[in-house]
Amino acid sequence: MEKETKADEEQTQVINPWEVSAKGKIDYDKLIDQFGCQRLDQSFVDRVHRLTNRIPHIFLRRNVFFAHRDLNEILDAYERGEKFYLYTGRGPSSEALHLGHLVPFMFTKYLQEAFKVPLVIQLTDDEKCMWKNLTVEESKRLARENAKDIIACGFDVSRTFIFSDFDYVGGAFYENMVKVAKCVTYNKVVGIFGFTGEDHIGKISFPPVQAVPSFPSSFPHLFSGKDKLRCLIPCAIDQDPYFRMTRDVAPRLGYNKPALIESLFFPALQGQTGKMSASDANSAIYVTDSQKAIKEKVNRYAFSGGQDSIENHRKYGANLEVDIPFKYLSFFLEDDEELEHIRKEYGSGRMLTGEVKKRLIEVLTEIVERHRAARAAVTDEMVDAFMAVRPLPNMFA
Amino acid sequence: MGISKAQLLQRLQAQQIHFSQYDHPVVMTVEAQAKHVGHIKAGLSKNLFLKDKKHRFYIVSALADTKVDLKVLSQRLGLGKGGLRMAPEEAVVEVLEVPLGSVTPFALVNESARSVSLLLDQGFKTHECCFFHPLSNDTSISLHIEDLYKFLKSVGRMVAYVDLEANPTVGKDQPPDLAALVPSDAPSIQNISEKTATLQIDGDVKSKPVAVTAKASKVSSGQQKEKSVNNANSSSSFADPEQFIEEILKKASAIVVAEIKEENIKQHGGQLGAVVSNSLRKNLSLELKNLATMFKNTAYTEGFGAGIRCPAKRL
Repeated sequence: MEKETKADEEQTQVINPWEVSAKGKIDYDKLIDQFGCQRLDQSFVDRVHRLTNRIPHIFLRRNVFFAHRDLNEILDAYERGEKFYLYTGRGPSSEALHLGHLVPFMFTKYLQEAFKVPLVIQLTDDEKCMWKNLTVEESKRLARENAKDIIACGFDVSRTFIFSDFDYVGGAFYENMVKVAKCVTYNKVVGIFGFTGEDHIGKISFPPVQAVPSFPSSFPHLFSGKDKLRCLIPCAIDQDPYFRMTRDVAPRLGYNKPALIESLFFPALQGQTGKMSASDANSAIYVTDSQKAIKEKVNRYAFSGGQDSIENHRKYGANLEVDIPFKYLSFFLEDDEELEHIRKEYGSGRMLTGEVKKRLIEVLTEIVERHRAARAAVTDEMVDAFMAVRPLPNMFA
Repeated sequence: MGISKAQLLQRLQAQQIHFSQYDHPVVMTVEAQAKHVGHIKAGLSKNLFLKDKKHRFYIVSALADTKVDLKVLSQRLGLGKGGLRMAPEEAVVEVLEVPLGSVTPFALVNESARSVSLLLDQGFKTHECCFFHPLSNDTSISLHIEDLYKFLKSVGRMVAYVDLEANPTVGKDQPPDLAALVPSDAPSIQNISEKTATLQIDGDVKSKPVAVTAKASKVSSGQQKEKSVNNANSSSSFADPEQFIEEILKKASAIVVAEIKEENIKQHGGQLGAVVSNSLRKNLSLELKNLATMFKNTAYTEGFGAGIRCPAKRL
């Protein structure tokens, strides 16, 4: 009997790099406990404000990035004058990028600017080739296409190195991969990622590929001689398993453990039980959506926490816990005061869902339009420049 | 402007591509064309000009008796079930820059058709020569399909041989097999109004859709124009300092003008300067930073391009 209930409990939410689902709302507190990372509290946000001398990014102010590992060490070192570098990535499984995909990149761009540090971006085309059964050519093509959207987020080319696994794996990078692989037993990797005897060996040997960009020696053209340079990884919390493994291995190789700063999932339009999915067009706002499409999607599919009738709504107010338009505004509406105003008015029932949705449509349209304009300016040659194996002489300037 | 039939034929000759030319009265269908050149031992082609929901264009060029199923193709391209339609007539003229009834793979040489994807029936390979219109339907030229393929590849166009009659399953574990043939950009054309025409495709119909009903244009062409003008502006303003500064000043001026009005003057008086300044900062910081970053990235890319093409210094 007991065994069953325990199994049941474990099944209520499944979070790993390839699956995110829950019965009901995702319990982030439980996740933090389960994974063993720390909550990012207000003191951190204030500290970042002081150290960088600018208003913290909206994702920090609104607790979108809510968990971390060793962020305090990075900040301590930074205060002492020791720099660090950023590492983030994307699995290019589709051309259709939605706003949820952009979240880690928008945040990373802010970190790059605020701390004036270099950044490496990994495109795991090999992973998608394996997991999504794409051809090598198709995954490489998608990697380049996604790179354009990433560049459009506004990264500084003199401080950013984008690479795809198919292009870059080899040399010192591969040496580190072998070193990491030697430290992780088959049983361990099965335990962390849930592989089975049916999974092909490509999958089982993939984790080191995502681990080693955390080590500066993987990039001799950038960080030669800087073996002790620290690494900070902004990512969504479902990527935590890769880096738990990496942090476990790092000291054995004589490297610093990478630090992490983790975000929660961007909820799907229809509600909070999962994350946005590239395969369900109506669960998300895509960067290619027209103004009309955004309006339609928000009006038709965004899950409302409002009451079912105007009288009830005026009486009880909206359920802000489950209301998607309000949640999205908290992600993207810059003005803290305006958000607070909406929270009060909508929560008390004085404001109606339609108004909140209207404001959301404005905000989202602005973001998508801006992204599109920036994307239009990204040429193939610019992608080549970002992906060229070249020194970055001013990367800490 | 699109190139002319004569210019195309000249280019083919210059590249030593062998072809045979047959002039005839204007023909609007494969049937009509067959009346004039059907006796010659060469494959006749039917050419469909198609469009997907994201305004990307395709030419499907096939042997006259190859069955082309748009629903199947749409899925194989990863566009879903109804993602492919016949392109509107205006698009033939505006994107391909050929007259109606003259859709041909050769249209890809025009700049405006730069991002059109060409799907060639692999059945063409079984013929010594095949017939295509050299940008005008009052002539047909026959040439070897490989020559056509190489010619278009040499100008950097997206061309591929496809087994058009194949019907592979497309699903979660079987990705669309033709997904690589979807162009990455839509051509930036102004004034393409959205008219959807339903049509019938049988073996005898060429590029001209048989319009049964035409829905009224949805998107105002005015809006399209604005969008593409904006795009044109922003991409060149990232490479040209003058335009870049113009863009910045335009945005800043708009804010200043909006802030300096009667009520604000009354309210703030001498402090108006500070108010306007704050407003500028608040509204423009992010946007200008993004603009500046793109400007920097563009400049760096130009330098990078020059650097890799620079011949090694002689010692």
